[in-house]
Amino acid sequence: MVEKRGIGFFLTHAVLILGIAVVGLPIYLTLVGSTVTQQDIIQPPLPLVPGPHLVKNYSDALFSGVNVPVMRMLANSMVMALGIAIGKIVISILSAYAIVYFRFPFRMFAFWTIFITLMLPVEVRIVPTFEVAADLGLLNSYAGLTLPLIASATATFLFRQFFLTVPDELVEAARIDGAGPVRFFKDILLPLSRTNIAALFVILFIFGWNQYLWPLLITTEPEMNTIVVGIKQMLPTADDWGNWPVTMATAMLAMIPPVFVVVVMQRLFVKGLIETEK
Amino acid sequence: MEKRVTFSHKALPYLLVAPQLVITFVFFLWPASQAIWQSLFLPDPFGLSSEFVGLENFRFLFGDRYYLESFTTTAIFSLAVTALSMSSALLLAVMADRVIRGATAYKTLLIWPYAVAPAIAGVMWLFMFNPSIGLIAYYLKFLGYNWNHVLNGGEAMFLVVVAASWKQISYNFLFFLAGLQAIPKSLIEAAAIDGAGRTYRFWTIIFPLLSPTTFFLLVVNIVYAFFETFGIIHTVTAGGPERSTTILVYKIYADGFVGQDLGSSAAQSVILMVVVAILTVVQFRFIERRVHY
Repeated sequence: MVEKRGIGFFLTHAVLILGIAVVGLPIYLTLVGSTVTQQDIIQPPLPLVPGPHLVKNYSDALFSGVNVPVMRMLANSMVMALGIAIGKIVISILSAYAIVYFRFPFRMFAFWTIFITLMLPVEVRIVPTFEVAADLGLLNSYAGLTLPLIASATATFLFRQFFLTVPDELVEAARIDGAGPVRFFKDILLPLSRTNIAALFVILFIFGWNQYLWPLLITTEPEMNTIVVGIKQMLPTADDWGNWPVTMATAMLAMIPPVFVVVVMQRLFVKGLIETEK
Repeated sequence: MEKRVTFSHKALPYLLVAPQLVITFVFFLWPASQAIWQSLFLPDPFGLSSEFVGLENFRFLFGDRYYLESFTTTAIFSLAVTALSMSSALLLAVMADRVIRGATAYKTLLIWPYAVAPAIAGVMWLFMFNPSIGLIAYYLKFLGYNWNHVLNGGEAMFLVVVAASWKQISYNFLFFLAGLQAIPKSLIEAAAIDGAGRTYRFWTIIFPLLSPTTFFLLVVNIVYAFFETFGIIHTVTAGGPERSTTILVYKIYADGFVGQDLGSSAAQSVILMVVVAILTVVQFRFIERRVHY
C-alpha cells in the first residue's frame, strides 16, 4: 500500500508471526504431548520438542483407546458429520426449490416455519428434544445423532437467495423445450448450484463434526460416542492420572479431518462462511 | 423478491417441502412447545405427576440467587470473549491487510482454528493449564504464581474465556480482513498525502468504515459465547468451581439432566428462547441496514 519499507514493515510481520505463534501454541503442545510418554507429562515441565513415541501413542489410541478404540469414535464422527452435511443440503435445496419455483397454498406458512428454526438452537430445547428422540427410539443410533440436527434455515435461505438470482429465461427456455419441474431441477438448477453446494458442504461438515451437546445427550453407550464427546471421558479425573499421551493423540485425531477440509478447500470455506452469514 | 415464472403442479411442491417441515415439527416446534408447556408445571420429586403452577417456575427463577448469578456469569463471559477475540482479530487483520508478500500464507495459518471443535479447544487449554502437569501452570509456579483454576473461580473464568476467544479469532479475522479489503484504497491514500499518520488514518477512516462489520461481529460473537461454548465449559470446568463458570446454557443442562429439575430447566429454556429471539431480530435488522452503507 502506502509505505512498503521501514520499521512499520518489520513491525507488521512481527505482529503477524507473534499472532500465529500464539494461535498455534496449544496445537503444538498437544502435538508434543501426543509423542511423549505418560512419565514425561506427569513430571513437568513438558519437553518442548516432540518425542519418539508418536507411532505407539497413535496406534494405542486408534486400536485400543481408553474406553473404546478411537477408530470407532472417528467412524461415528464421520457418519454424523456426513449425515448432517448431506441431509441438510438435500432437505434444504428441495424446500428452497419448492418455495421459489412454485405457488401453492401455505407457501408462506412453510417459509416462516423454516425461518423460526433459526431461533431454536438445540441448546435452548435440550430436555424436550431429548424426550422426543427417546420416545422415537433414537438413543444410541445414527439416526438419533443426525436427524434432529438436519433442519436448517440458513441452508434453505442460502439456496433461496441463489435461486432468485437465476434468470427467469432459463425456466422459460426449459418449458418451451418441454422440460417439467423435475427435469429443470435435475438438469439446470442442480448443476448451477454446484459451487454453492460445495461451499455449504465444507461449513456443514465442520458444524456436524464439532457438535458436542447433542451427541453427549443422545449417546449413552461409549461405542456410539463421537470423538469430540468421547475425549471428555478420557480426561483424568480426581482419582487417576488418565493417559495423557493417548488423550492428546485423540485430540490431534479429532482435529485432523475438519482442519484438513478447511485448509484444502480454503476458498470454498471462505465463500461458505461469508454466504451463510448473510 | 419473487419469481415471475413458476411451475404449476399440485402435489410436487408439498412433497419437496415435506422432509424439512416434518423434521422441523418433530424436533424443533414440538420440543419448543413442550418446553413452554413444562415450564408451567412443577413435577413431584418422584416424577410421577406434576402440578400446574402457572408462572411460579419463572417467579422462582427470578428470585433465585444462583440463576441471577448465572446471568451475571454469562454476561461477563460473553463480553470478555467478544472483546478479547475481536480486538486480537482486528489487530491481526489490520496487519495482514498491509502485507503484500505472504498474505495468503498468513491467512491460512490464522484461519484453521475455526475447524477445531470447542470441546477439543477446551482439552488443549486444559492440558496447558492443568495445575499439576500443565506447562504454563508449571512456569507460572516457577515465577511465583500458584495457578489452580480447579479451586479459583477467577482463574477458571479466565481459562474458559481464553479458550473460547482463541477458537473465535479465525472467524473474526476473516470477516475483518474482508471488511478492510473492501475499503477503497484511494481514501486512505488521500489521507496519507494530506499528512495523516498510520494511527490517525486508522481511527478516523478505517475504523468508522469498518463499523458495519464490527457491529455484525459483535452480535455473532455474543451468540457464539452464549450457545456454542458449552463444549468448552463442560470439558474445562464443568461449570465450577462454585458455579463460577456456569453460563445459562450450562445451567439448563445441569438442572435438566444432572439435577432432573425439569420444570425449572424448561422455564430456563423458555427464557433463553426469548434471548435468542431478541438476538436474531437484532441481527436481521442490522443486516438489512448494512446493505445501505
